[in-house]
Amino acid sequence: MNPIVSGASVIAAGLAIGLSSIGPGFGQGNAAAQAVEGLARQPEAEGKIRGTLLLSLAFMESLTIYGLVVALCLLFANPFAG
Amino acid sequence: MFFSLAAVEVGTHLYWNFAGLTVHGQVLIVTWIVIAVILTIAILGTLNLEQVPKGLQNFVESVFEYVSGIAKDQIGEYEYRPWVPFVGTLFLFIFVANWLGALVPWKLITLPEGELAAPTNDINTTVALSLLTSISYFYGGFKAKGLGFFARYISPSPIFLPINILEDFTKPLSLSFRLFGNILADEIVVSVLCLLVPLFVPLPVMVLGIFASSVQALVFSTLSAAYIGESIE
Repeated sequence: MNPIVSGASVIAAGLAIGLSSIGPGFGQGNAAAQAVEGLARQPEAEGKIRGTLLLSLAFMESLTIYGLVVALCLLFANPFAG
Repeated sequence: MFFSLAAVEVGTHLYWNFAGLTVHGQVLIVTWIVIAVILTIAILGTLNLEQVPKGLQNFVESVFEYVSGIAKDQIGEYEYRPWVPFVGTLFLFIFVANWLGALVPWKLITLPEGELAAPTNDINTTVALSLLTSISYFYGGFKAKGLGFFARYISPSPIFLPINILEDFTKPLSLSFRLFGNILADEIVVSVLCLLVPLFVPLPVMVLGIFASSVQALVFSTLSAAYIGESIE
């Protein structure tokens, strides 16, 4: 494979997963903080709060997963190889 | 990454050819095992039905209640009942597939090429499941509204037309990538950790993987039910 292409792919893969974990990290921390505050305010609603929190965390997680899929694609299924 | 003691390889599949098509054999094998497991539990649990359930029937009934709860929450209590089998199939298949992929020691069975793992770590499986969701929310919308279904493309206002059309493509895309990325990423992390420190370090990641994969099953089925509910109302 062209060394420039492979070098660029490696850098791109690292940047893809690194950068795409910043935003959802902030978002998930915020969601968890609000969930804990809601729980402190009303401990009887624990079931609903936990369910909603897990669902929202999964959605935010998927944004990081998109970056991971791009990184994996660049490393293992590189369309510019060969 | 290719040492003699252990190896991590991504992308090698067992290719089967029939009728001019090439399929990934290892995915099909595990899929059949998943289907067999689900059918066995379902059939054994409903063999001698009793008014007061106990044992396996109790478990199967609680699973059914959980799944129809998902459908009822998202679709609404007047229309949800016909969709429970579909949502339940998605949830059960993805859940059992992910858990079997993570818990069963597949390495004991050697294939000529590739190895057995969760079927949802193949993008083909997850794209197929999300296309099923796409087809079913289109079908639900047409059945409920006929040709008036297309009115939703220009709601709330005609400016939203390109966004709504795009949404029809991004919905299955995001569904499939979310599930595929989660499962494949967990498998890669576990295999890389097993390559580096095989003793106790992969265990927390495996537990996280089991938890996250069950959440992903719930998210996939909840989102599918939500899309169906949104196109029916």
